[in-house]
Amino acid sequence: PALGLFLFTIARDPLRIIILIAGAFFWLVSLLLSSLIWFIAIKASNPQDELLQKGLLIFGVMFSVLLQEAFRFLYYKLLRKAIEGLVALSEDSCSPISIQQMAYVAGVGFGLMSGAFSTINLLADALGPGTVGIHGDSQLYFLTSAFMTMVMIFLHTFWAILFFHGCEHQRWWEITAVVVMHLAVSGLTFCNPLYIGSLVPSYLLMATAATWAYLLSGGSAQNLRRFLLCK
Amino acid sequence: GSCQGNSVERKIYIPLNKTAPCVRLLNATHQIGCQSSISGDTGVIHVVEKEEDLNWVLADGPHPPYMILLDGNLFNRRVMLQLKGTSRVSGLAVAIAKPSPPQGFSPGLKCPNDGFGVYSKDYGPQFAHCNKTVWNPVGSGLSYEDFDFPIFLLEDANETQVIKQCYQDHNVPRDGSGPEYPLCAMQLFSHMHAVTSTVTCMRRSSLQSTFSINPEVVCDPLLDYNVWSTLQPINSSGKVDPEKEVIIVATRIDSHSFFWNIAPGAESAVSSFVTHLAAAEALHKVSDIHLLQRNIMFTFFQGETFDYIGSSRMVYDMEKDKFPLRLDNIHSFVELNQVALRNDSILWMHTDPVSRMNESVEVQVRNLLSILSDSSVGANVTLQEAGYSQPLPPSSFQRFLRARHIPGVVLTDHRTAFQNRYYQSMYDTPENIRLQYPEGLSPEETLEYVTDTAKSLAEVATVVARALYRLAGGANNTSAIQADPKTVSRMLYGFLIKMNNSWFQSIIKPDIKGILGDVPQHYVAVSSPVNTTYLVQYVLANLTGTVVNLTKEECLNPEKTPSSEKEMYEYAWVQGSLDPNSTSRVPYCVRSTVHLSKALSPAFELRQWGSTEYSTWTESRWKEIRARIFLVASKELEIITLVVGIAILIFSLLATYFINAKADVLFSVPRDPGAVAY
Repeated sequence: PALGLFLFTIARDPLRIIILIAGAFFWLVSLLLSSLIWFIAIKASNPQDELLQKGLLIFGVMFSVLLQEAFRFLYYKLLRKAIEGLVALSEDSCSPISIQQMAYVAGVGFGLMSGAFSTINLLADALGPGTVGIHGDSQLYFLTSAFMTMVMIFLHTFWAILFFHGCEHQRWWEITAVVVMHLAVSGLTFCNPLYIGSLVPSYLLMATAATWAYLLSGGSAQNLRRFLLCK
Repeated sequence: GSCQGNSVERKIYIPLNKTAPCVRLLNATHQIGCQSSISGDTGVIHVVEKEEDLNWVLADGPHPPYMILLDGNLFNRRVMLQLKGTSRVSGLAVAIAKPSPPQGFSPGLKCPNDGFGVYSKDYGPQFAHCNKTVWNPVGSGLSYEDFDFPIFLLEDANETQVIKQCYQDHNVPRDGSGPEYPLCAMQLFSHMHAVTSTVTCMRRSSLQSTFSINPEVVCDPLLDYNVWSTLQPINSSGKVDPEKEVIIVATRIDSHSFFWNIAPGAESAVSSFVTHLAAAEALHKVSDIHLLQRNIMFTFFQGETFDYIGSSRMVYDMEKDKFPLRLDNIHSFVELNQVALRNDSILWMHTDPVSRMNESVEVQVRNLLSILSDSSVGANVTLQEAGYSQPLPPSSFQRFLRARHIPGVVLTDHRTAFQNRYYQSMYDTPENIRLQYPEGLSPEETLEYVTDTAKSLAEVATVVARALYRLAGGANNTSAIQADPKTVSRMLYGFLIKMNNSWFQSIIKPDIKGILGDVPQHYVAVSSPVNTTYLVQYVLANLTGTVVNLTKEECLNPEKTPSSEKEMYEYAWVQGSLDPNSTSRVPYCVRSTVHLSKALSPAFELRQWGSTEYSTWTESRWKEIRARIFLVASKELEIITLVVGIAILIFSLLATYFINAKADVLFSVPRDPGAVAY
């Protein structure tokens, strides 16, 4: 799905491509910083203490989520500045791209990078002859990881739209909702390998975020019906 | 736990660490050993513990190819040839049998080193090709077969248990029908680069070395060093007078088994060279060695298992004047072969019947035999002649006989066939020579404990030392010449059980103390010198040399000291023993007559890679050797995953296209016209 989104909506416009790449980069930097903190915490602590290690992992994940959202905010600020610059450069004093579109593209950027990170090392190991399971893990590991990645990409896209909208219109509860949702989804992954526990709620959350973002972007139930019937 | 932050690879694979592969060796005409595909061979595991289990692999099992976990007792020629002939086997892992198979196991040939000894159609044809005596009747010749699938040895019983557990959990056939996916599988990597024969691989390697900037050598000749030392010092860079006679005492120091670098060689090699070292020590304690009429040279040949690499090279060097001695200097030859399993304390003396047909040689051989018999009076060793019509067993002496008819004798514990039922196998362990220690001893105590085996080998060493003294012209009473059972015991412990002990640590150079690994193996590898050669060299230097009062600088650079006589002696700076209460050692300088001489087959010097006269054994090179186990999914699951993925891809592309096309229908927020282009 991310490939489809990219091909049809982003690839034609160079400005969007730039925003996409920059978004991906911002996500990467946030991950780098959070992993640095986690790494230092790990090295400074006792490697034998399982509970402590698990606690540190949870802390690391939460910290990473917060950092990602912080970087999303930073990116929003940057794009705001960029819009002013684009308006100054354009001929008819209108920005060629609106903040909503920027939000959407930034979200796709974040999502793509997050997805790539989750999947590439999995794919590399999946190329070998073996599959997961000799230590008792589920056989469906690769399938569920793929679905989880897909849901994360969608979520990042919708969160970006919500987040930027919240920042634009000073609606802080929208921003808080995004952060809370992100924390929730990441926390749910700790339920693995009980895949029901993590995948189903994540998809539900995604549906919620999708509807919300759609409504914010100017859609309505009416438009949806017209779209489906016209087909 | 569910979230450990493990890498995905650790979730999938369990690596097998304590394994030994079977590698490819080549000689002038054949390749032997095993080969895997370049990216490893994978197969579903099947545990074969009795013959009936083989039918599943060969005919019934529904998921070929199979990777077999074979019980050590079934690792025989019949089973292996069955596996070789089928394409349903992709590899083999052998679990070492504990205890050793009682009927004996030897993957060597029935007639070892046939064709490279002295008996051929021109010399004693009735003895050639073991026509008269089969020396190794238990020999199956497995090591000399060519397998096209990898074979590994599982040395650790724990790892074998893990594999069996995985098999029990996933692979056991239920009610006669096949087991269900996911199945437990194993992958073995042991891709060998060399093919066909030494001629081919050396030709390719030499082409690479000549023309390529980054040469890819595919095989290496087996080479190492022989260790030799003389009782009276000789000039190692000059030549010895033709009138000066030397008696050569020889043993081999290497062994082999089916698997790479697994060669405990207790009876086939260690027993003989430990006895030899003890005899050398006993002789050096005699007071009038400088008055003896003849010199004695103690020689330890490396590579004898592979068609006499060491001894053929020494004979070649002697003929071509590259060695301080010439063949004319040799007065007689005494060799010690397997001597630890004596029946009723009898030690057999073998001689060559063909050369004894010459009168002068016969007289000298008789003299030699009588001196040996006289020396055994008073010791718990009975020397008996093996019989005039018997040929020589496979021994380094045969190579010397090929060049010159020297009077000589080979001492063994067997009259016709070997007493050793595990000749050149992984079961030729200390238990094979009845080396037993009582329970509960610390490593230091075990090092010093004198076993019965040590005492019996010391007796043999005493007899040999006394006989050598007489042969060399010594006139005094020989009852004072005694081999020390304590030294023999320490050597047996070091060379068979634990190389990293305090005695070995105190007699080696400081910068090579890393070579003391754990379990000793005596395989002549391709990087030289191997641990065994180093240790034999330093043990011999310690037992036969003298401590001299030189500083480290003087010891390492003896040419600077005027009175050092550098050509006669070798100086070694050894690290010395640990002070009892401190952690530092007191190093000192040892002066000895121990030298190394290169043991590379003359075929490689002469570049005659297809030679039938000299050994042409080479070992293939390889990149990685490892083994791992994992689960494999069924083909159905894989295809389902793929199809689902493709379906989602197509669906999402279509959906995105349509949403994009009808975006103005979906999103009806008033926008500045003309500014937006979805």
